[in-house]
Amino acid sequence: MKLIIAIIQPDRLESVKQELYKEEVNLITVNEVLGHGRQMGVTEVYRGVKEMGNLLRKIRLEIAVNEDFVERTIKAIIKGAQTGETGDGKIFVLDLVECIRIRTEERGGEAIG
Amino acid sequence: MKRSLALLVLFTLFVLPAGLAYAEVQTGQGAAGAPAQAAPAAAKADTGDTAWLIVATALVMLMTPGLAFFYGGMVGKKNVLGILMQCFTILCVISVQWVLYGYSLSFGPGKGFWGGLEWVGLEGVGLTPYADYAATIPHQLFMVFQMMFAVITPALIIGAFAERMKFAAFLIFTILWATFVYDPVCHWVWGIGGWLREMGALDFAGGTVVHINAGIAAFMTAVFIGRRKGSSSHAILPHNLPFTILGTALLWFGWFGFNAGSSLGANDIAVNAFVVTNTAAAAAGMTWALIDWIFNKKPTMLGMATGAVAGLVAITPAAGFVSALSAVLIGIFVSIFCYFAVAWIKPKFGYDDALDVFGVHCVGGIWGALATGLFASKAVNPAGADGLFFGNPKQFLVQVIATAVTIAYSFVASFIIYKVIDLIVKVRVPEKDEIVGLDLTQHHEKAYTILE
Repeated sequence: MKLIIAIIQPDRLESVKQELYKEEVNLITVNEVLGHGRQMGVTEVYRGVKEMGNLLRKIRLEIAVNEDFVERTIKAIIKGAQTGETGDGKIFVLDLVECIRIRTEERGGEAIG
Repeated sequence: MKRSLALLVLFTLFVLPAGLAYAEVQTGQGAAGAPAQAAPAAAKADTGDTAWLIVATALVMLMTPGLAFFYGGMVGKKNVLGILMQCFTILCVISVQWVLYGYSLSFGPGKGFWGGLEWVGLEGVGLTPYADYAATIPHQLFMVFQMMFAVITPALIIGAFAERMKFAAFLIFTILWATFVYDPVCHWVWGIGGWLREMGALDFAGGTVVHINAGIAAFMTAVFIGRRKGSSSHAILPHNLPFTILGTALLWFGWFGFNAGSSLGANDIAVNAFVVTNTAAAAAGMTWALIDWIFNKKPTMLGMATGAVAGLVAITPAAGFVSALSAVLIGIFVSIFCYFAVAWIKPKFGYDDALDVFGVHCVGGIWGALATGLFASKAVNPAGADGLFFGNPKQFLVQVIATAVTIAYSFVASFIIYKVIDLIVKVRVPEKDEIVGLDLTQHHEKAYTILE
């Protein structure tokens, strides 16, 4: 089991979701987050006072999958989120130790899907 | 312990005079048995003027909640209720203070530091006109119109010490400031026997009394309370600019009552004031956005709103005396001066005037008072005077004196009040409270929830 965390541009969320559905990945958690990588934040100006490089709005996805779904999920996220510009985001893949469905108390791979 | 001390101070300052005033009114009526109205019985209110001034008074009242949103949007989200609370507190407290003794100290006839005490508790302030102030509206209407000015003036100051003043200290400061700074300065400029009034100083709707007066007191508090925590390493950003723009719109709307109402009648001067008020606000809002565009690459919404308020401030003393073309110039220049004060002088000297009360209201007010001495014209208002540009340099000199006196007096008196309070209750909140925010630490409330 893996936990895939992806940071993407807010306007790419819809297309990433569409690509994930095509790959039958239907279970995701979405957060609105702030951050910046190589692409620095925009400068803000309030009454002539400049605030340089503020944090940008990003979307953070969390998707737990079984091993055979890992590559399909990664491909779907890339297909939906890639524009070729700086700031497209990152995907992190982590080992997932356990997964429990609260309703049925099923555990492991069964519980993920 | 400190809280009970603060309450004791409040009691002596406020509840005690209330009781005395009531006693005085009772005995006054009982002993003398004189009719409350000493003014000539012939004086009768004009219905049109009365109708307009009732509406104008309500408009000016709306400015204080408007100011609350103007300021509230600019602070962090942990301090927005603190700002709203301070504005509404002033609305409540000064409304009562004005009825009890504020109106008498400000407008009671007399040549002293304050006006007389004969109108304490509104004794003798009746429903027929008092001709020396306004011959065509009931005296009480003039009183309540002026009350709204007395309310908004201390409310302006709170922007300077925003996000770090203890509520009890704020409350005592407000009452003392209204009593020892607003009331006397108001009397000097507008009261019968006031020495600046007799010298011929022109202040149509309160550039000196309201804006310079509050602006310089704000500057003093910003300097002595110190910088907000973290403000020297990064800018503290506005948490809700749409609030600020909503507040600006309410201020602009209310300002029609403030300026056009100051003609004290539904007449030609009111119309002139209405036109120049809108013109100056528009010219100044436009100018500030242009300055932003030139120096910071983009025009900003906060800049345009700030400019509009600066324009409204600057036209206030001049509204009844200048033409619409002069208003355009007054509006353009106020944004240039205020931008310079806010974006250049403030960072250079490092005082943390959190919401730019000095930079907008004091600087804008000074420009407005001086501009009145430049642009005033008897062609607009025969009851006014000609300014420097219309061949009367003396008027400009009088405006300079009135401005200088107000700045000097307000600064010193506010400083003394501030220091006395600091000795009794400590003006600034502890650092821990500042980090948590005033909403939670001063009021046990928060404006926004994350979880339901």
